Amino acid sequence: MSQLQTEAKPAVSRNQALGWLRQMMTIRRFEERAEMMYQKQKIGGFFHQYSGQEPVAVGSIGVLREDDYVITAYRDHGHALARGMEAKPAMAELLGKATGCSQGKGGSMHFFDAEKGFLGGHAIVGSHIPLAAGVALAIKYRGGDQVCLCYFGDGAINQGAFHEALNMAAMWKLPVIYIVENNRYAMGTSLERSSAVLDLTIRGATAYGIPGVSINGNDIELMARTTREAVNRARNGEGPTFIDAQTYRYKGHSISDPAKYRLKEELDEAFRNDPIINYQNLLKERGWLNDETIERFTEEVKREIEESIAFAEESPEPELDAVFQHISVAPHIPQE
Amino acid sequence: MPVLAYREALNQAMTEEMERDDRVFLMGEEVAQYDGAYKVSQGMLKKFGERRVIDTPISEEGFAGMGIGAAMVGLRPIVEFMTFSFSLVAIDQIVNNAANVRYMSGGQFAVPIVFRGSSGMAGCLGATHSHRLEAWYAQVPGLTVVLPATPADAKGLLKSAIRSDDPVVFIEHENLYGEKGDVPEGEHLVPIGKADIKRAGDDVTLITYSRSLKTTLAAAEKLAEEGINAEVIDLRTIRPLDIDTLLESVLKTHRAVIIEEDWPYCGIGAGIADRIMQVAFDELDAPIRRVYTRDAPIPYNRSLEASMLPSVGRIIDQVHDVLYKKK
Repeated sequence: MSQLQTEAKPAVSRNQALGWLRQMMTIRRFEERAEMMYQKQKIGGFFHQYSGQEPVAVGSIGVLREDDYVITAYRDHGHALARGMEAKPAMAELLGKATGCSQGKGGSMHFFDAEKGFLGGHAIVGSHIPLAAGVALAIKYRGGDQVCLCYFGDGAINQGAFHEALNMAAMWKLPVIYIVENNRYAMGTSLERSSAVLDLTIRGATAYGIPGVSINGNDIELMARTTREAVNRARNGEGPTFIDAQTYRYKGHSISDPAKYRLKEELDEAFRNDPIINYQNLLKERGWLNDETIERFTEEVKREIEESIAFAEESPEPELDAVFQHISVAPHIPQE
Repeated sequence: MPVLAYREALNQAMTEEMERDDRVFLMGEEVAQYDGAYKVSQGMLKKFGERRVIDTPISEEGFAGMGIGAAMVGLRPIVEFMTFSFSLVAIDQIVNNAANVRYMSGGQFAVPIVFRGSSGMAGCLGATHSHRLEAWYAQVPGLTVVLPATPADAKGLLKSAIRSDDPVVFIEHENLYGEKGDVPEGEHLVPIGKADIKRAGDDVTLITYSRSLKTTLAAAEKLAEEGINAEVIDLRTIRPLDIDTLLESVLKTHRAVIIEEDWPYCGIGAGIADRIMQVAFDELDAPIRRVYTRDAPIPYNRSLEASMLPSVGRIIDQVHDVLYKKK
């Protein structure tokens, strides 16, 4: 466990590293602009910002193959973008448009992209954790060597679904990697106030006899290396891994949460350790990145997100009869 | 035509579908080595092996969710609940995930899964093991809810449920597992969403499903002795409801009694009565009456339990009422 906590050495090629940096910048910009759109009342419902946690999604999804699967909870924009969803259908979904990644039926918490093996966006805490085990069961059933990455927050560990799924996944050596995005708060309840044991690997790995590591999830290359090891084990039929990826969310639980339960010092400390700035500095030290490239990425990302907003705003609303579409494969007969 | 017990008919349906399609598998508590708590899956482990007949721990929410995940990526799981009373701890998976994933993803994913198992007031099981949850599930858009009453329908409906591309809640009745009847061999498919007239008549329409069919048919025979010719409709599927068959019958008889083993309030009977009334109020010569399980938790004591269930006597009373016959 501890040997993984060493200084990040290059776990990737320069191109890959620059790609990851750009992806993190895209997610950050997407979230910040989307929040502004929310404040302009263009977006409704619940909206959970991902800012501050970008390396967890980007570093882990970054080591997957195209035919692997990803499933996550309701804080899902970052994972969808990291999996290759374009900003346009993502932003359009937030605006509830017909061109959205779920055709305006899912919203912020329910992004889906079948083509990219992105299985949602799930908003009942812990409820998707058995689904991930089921995806992995299907992979094993077919004799495939894909894997399924499953993300959830530290609050989800207190749900029964988590323990039921981990037990079966471990027992049957299913190719699933469980990644807790441990941002230390389940909505407003700190880990200290919700978990009898603070070392989550005890609850998620030791308890089920599977490998488990606690790592700095905001160290993107450490995140990538740890996930790659877990993925290799899963592909080799050695079963699941539990990764406690320690991270920090900059914003409240959702947009309506001013996060008064956190100390200002705690937040300031997190800002000083911004994972995107940190990664930019690391890549500069390696001589892989200069200010010019950062400037170029910033401009490109800005343009991409502004285009996604324009696309979303110009896109049509779903037709009203969409209410009755996509309920079932067989024609839906309203019981009215 | 071979005579099979209801449980054998279910076994035959699963066996035939698993032989036909490798994507179909069975998982649940005690389905494999124990041969099924109610012996529905008897011999299937031996035939198909542990890849396709999977014993789970007692984790209903967990394995229901696993079935849904497997279905989302193309398998066709049959998930057995030892009884549907236990599906209460998996209801989040069935309602939030199975029923909604297709909708929330804008049609990108399908969930071709069957949740099946026993249900009902099987005798002295007490309040926690005697639930009838069909009305709960039938309320949810995205689910199909099927309750076979005969061995032939059990086979034909289960085969159709397994072939359905949508999540099907397939509710068997514990007291019917030993019931015997003619069951067609091989490709016997009963369409989902089609009610069946189990006894034709033109004086009154008796609408029922699952185990209450037997009681209702017995009541219809008694009524025949006094010259009342009842039509008995077995719903078979309660979502989507075959409203056309019900209306056709009511337009003929102008009277209806709904018989169900479930509680009355917010139940299937209430929903059906409403739907008939919305369309055919002027055709009704009497208010629709209902026979249901009395509105109390289910007691252990045998006589108390029996007193709550729809009975021949209670059905006849309600039929007399809609025919304005004095007792």
